[in-house]
Amino acid sequence: MTLRREEDGMSKLLLSGNEAIARGAYEAGVQVATGYPGTPSSEILEAIAADYKDAIYAEWSTNEKVAMDAAAGAAYSGRRSLVTTKQVGMNVLSDALLYTVYTGSSAGLVVVTADDPGMFSSQNEQDNRWYAKLAKIPLLEPADSQEAKDFVVAAFHLSEQFDTPVLVRTTMRVSHSKSAVELGERMTVPKTVGPFVRDREKYVCTAMWAKKRHPIVEQRLIDLGEWAETTSLNRIERGDRSLGVITSGITYMYAREVFPNASFLRLGMTYPLPKRAIRAFADGVDRLIVVEELDPFLEESIRAMGIDVTGKDIYPPCGELLPETLSRLSAEAGLIERREAAVSAPPPVGLPQRTPVLCAGCPHRSTYYWLAQMKIPVAGDIGCYNLGCLPPFNAQHTMGCMGASIGVLHGMAIAGLPERAVATIGDSTFFHSGMPALANMVHNRSRGVAIIMDNGTTAMTGHQDHPGTGWSLRGDAVRIPIEPLVRSIGVETVRTVNAFDMTAVKAGLDECLDADGPSVLITEGLCVQISVPSSPAYTVASDACAACGTCFRLGCPAIVKAASTENRDRAKAEIDATLCVGCDLCRQVCPTGAIRGPERREEEEE
Amino acid sequence: MKVLNFLVAGVGGQGTLLASDILAEVGIRSGCDVKKSDVLGLAVRGGSVLSHVRWGERIASPVIEEGEVDCMLAFEPLEAMRAIPFLRRESIVVCNTHPIVPISVSSGDARYPTRDEIERALREAASVVHFVDATGLAAQLKNPRVANVVLLGAFSTLLDVEPALWESVALRRVPPRYEDLNRAAFRAGRTLLNRREEA
Repeated sequence: MTLRREEDGMSKLLLSGNEAIARGAYEAGVQVATGYPGTPSSEILEAIAADYKDAIYAEWSTNEKVAMDAAAGAAYSGRRSLVTTKQVGMNVLSDALLYTVYTGSSAGLVVVTADDPGMFSSQNEQDNRWYAKLAKIPLLEPADSQEAKDFVVAAFHLSEQFDTPVLVRTTMRVSHSKSAVELGERMTVPKTVGPFVRDREKYVCTAMWAKKRHPIVEQRLIDLGEWAETTSLNRIERGDRSLGVITSGITYMYAREVFPNASFLRLGMTYPLPKRAIRAFADGVDRLIVVEELDPFLEESIRAMGIDVTGKDIYPPCGELLPETLSRLSAEAGLIERREAAVSAPPPVGLPQRTPVLCAGCPHRSTYYWLAQMKIPVAGDIGCYNLGCLPPFNAQHTMGCMGASIGVLHGMAIAGLPERAVATIGDSTFFHSGMPALANMVHNRSRGVAIIMDNGTTAMTGHQDHPGTGWSLRGDAVRIPIEPLVRSIGVETVRTVNAFDMTAVKAGLDECLDADGPSVLITEGLCVQISVPSSPAYTVASDACAACGTCFRLGCPAIVKAASTENRDRAKAEIDATLCVGCDLCRQVCPTGAIRGPERREEEEE
Repeated sequence: MKVLNFLVAGVGGQGTLLASDILAEVGIRSGCDVKKSDVLGLAVRGGSVLSHVRWGERIASPVIEEGEVDCMLAFEPLEAMRAIPFLRRESIVVCNTHPIVPISVSSGDARYPTRDEIERALREAASVVHFVDATGLAAQLKNPRVANVVLLGAFSTLLDVEPALWESVALRRVPPRYEDLNRAAFRAGRTLLNRREEA
């Protein structure tokens, strides 16, 4: 899908940062690529599976830690291996990353973290550059697609030269922007590997041996600091000496436009830092600033060297540092001339928002309809179903990270909360990190309902597979059904219901809430984006509609208030035929039978 | 060579990404350096989508500053209005007339601006605004989904690029069985704006 190179003989291709990383993995001779989907990182493995599936084994692992362990094992075995994650997935992955810092590996091992400044699709705005400092490993930050490709290749060289895992960090703008990339050849790769190198003192991180590895890690960091002084990943661009800018990643591109005449120290490798180069650059300019998004990662280290530098005094630690913000704040700080805003008209106020809603035909809708009516506390999780926290449902009261819902539900129980409570978690998220929490509930005789909303895919990130699907990035796969799994953990009350059957969902929920111990309700229904073509649109018989508003409580984008209704608070319903997929939920809840499916219309005609 | 800043605004599911990808590739094939940045919502359909595309001799930032857009292609009138802070007096706008009503409006909680309000706001922001009924024209071609290619056809008349290049880039991105339909859609789009200019 991404590469149409040979046929038109173009020397440069327009690739997204993520597609370029996939290409970089190919050129670097990567043979194993693993990860768990998460915006803005997901397209890397998808591009590998689409364009290089014969050269690279790619899989969506159950979670990021499993992905990292698997990549470590493959790299120990002699295959260059890549792991991809979004920024919060790094928290899950880090336990595994930290031991590979001590072990190193036999072939190159690189982790790509795609951070999300601006929080386009994340629960926090953490700056994963700190992980490099925590782990004591090299950190590379590409600024566009060409660099994304080249830096991945460089990262594998670095990994093998210094026997260390390497962290490559992008941000949403680097991962999701497109720019021209010149392609290279694939490095040679081993056809076969093995036998496995039995080097226990290197690969067994037991305390007595790990103690001997720690000084090696420290010396390696010193050696890497020396290497950073000479690498072409870092470069000085001489300009006017009145202002010196130290920057990295996408902010380099913004700063290049905002300060066209300044001197730049552009860091491609941002850990460990080239301290001598920084000192020399600082000495050669009158005023030194650091331009970086999110945390003062570079600034703190540079200031700790005793260098007078400003950064976060001028630029905020929150959100993206977009060109217009950079430009405005730099002018306010007297770094550049204030420019007259070219904007010709004030931004229009009060425009209707396009807030995300569950799609028409979404299988999650029935569950939130009932939870909203029952008014019980709901511990939520990461996925499209998080939209249950918004109107008209307002039926989700906590959400923190992947798999948190079931643990939080358990916490509500052991706190002695008098109310009955439930957790809502998707199928992919359940496999990712919900399973240990459910085992914990069973073992500790907890109570509460875990609702596993099984829509047959990892929907929110773009419909990837997980252990509960019968397919994978490589084709057919073994499907692990959820009901026998939760029964085998020891959950006694388990109900599986059709998510598109309102009565069954309610009955299942009631039965599970009545159980003494932990119970599981599995609501089955395919995500509408991957299910079979829809049935014809439903209609509302206006004369039969009592304007009771019941169907509006489903929060379906296809059900709209009739334009003809004078009193908007007691509006009749209409169905938008271009959006309705005929899931039937609205017909089931309509108390007057005004909503009709295609069959019902035929009956009437007869 | 002067930098050209393009903004493509629309709603998820309208095919704005395909259009902005084509616009970017036409730039590269015309010998420009090109960068492009897309801002997408969740995988859930129906959110606002904004693509920045920049052509020039050497482009650093993939993001356009507010007030710096040369040409905007808007797939939906409300989204055109939302993008007004990116416009300046000299901007040229091509805007589809077909509204996609957000749920905040269909639920009765908000009001969709009138055609008149939209037109006034856009004309106040930019000197040249072309309204085109690309959705209606696509319906005439018996496939509402090609409205994006119709719009691209109309938009392509603003630029000094051979129509053949647009067509070759665009048609390689659609399945072979839809080639004829998309070619027709692109050409219909071009006449739409050429005719308007003559009028």
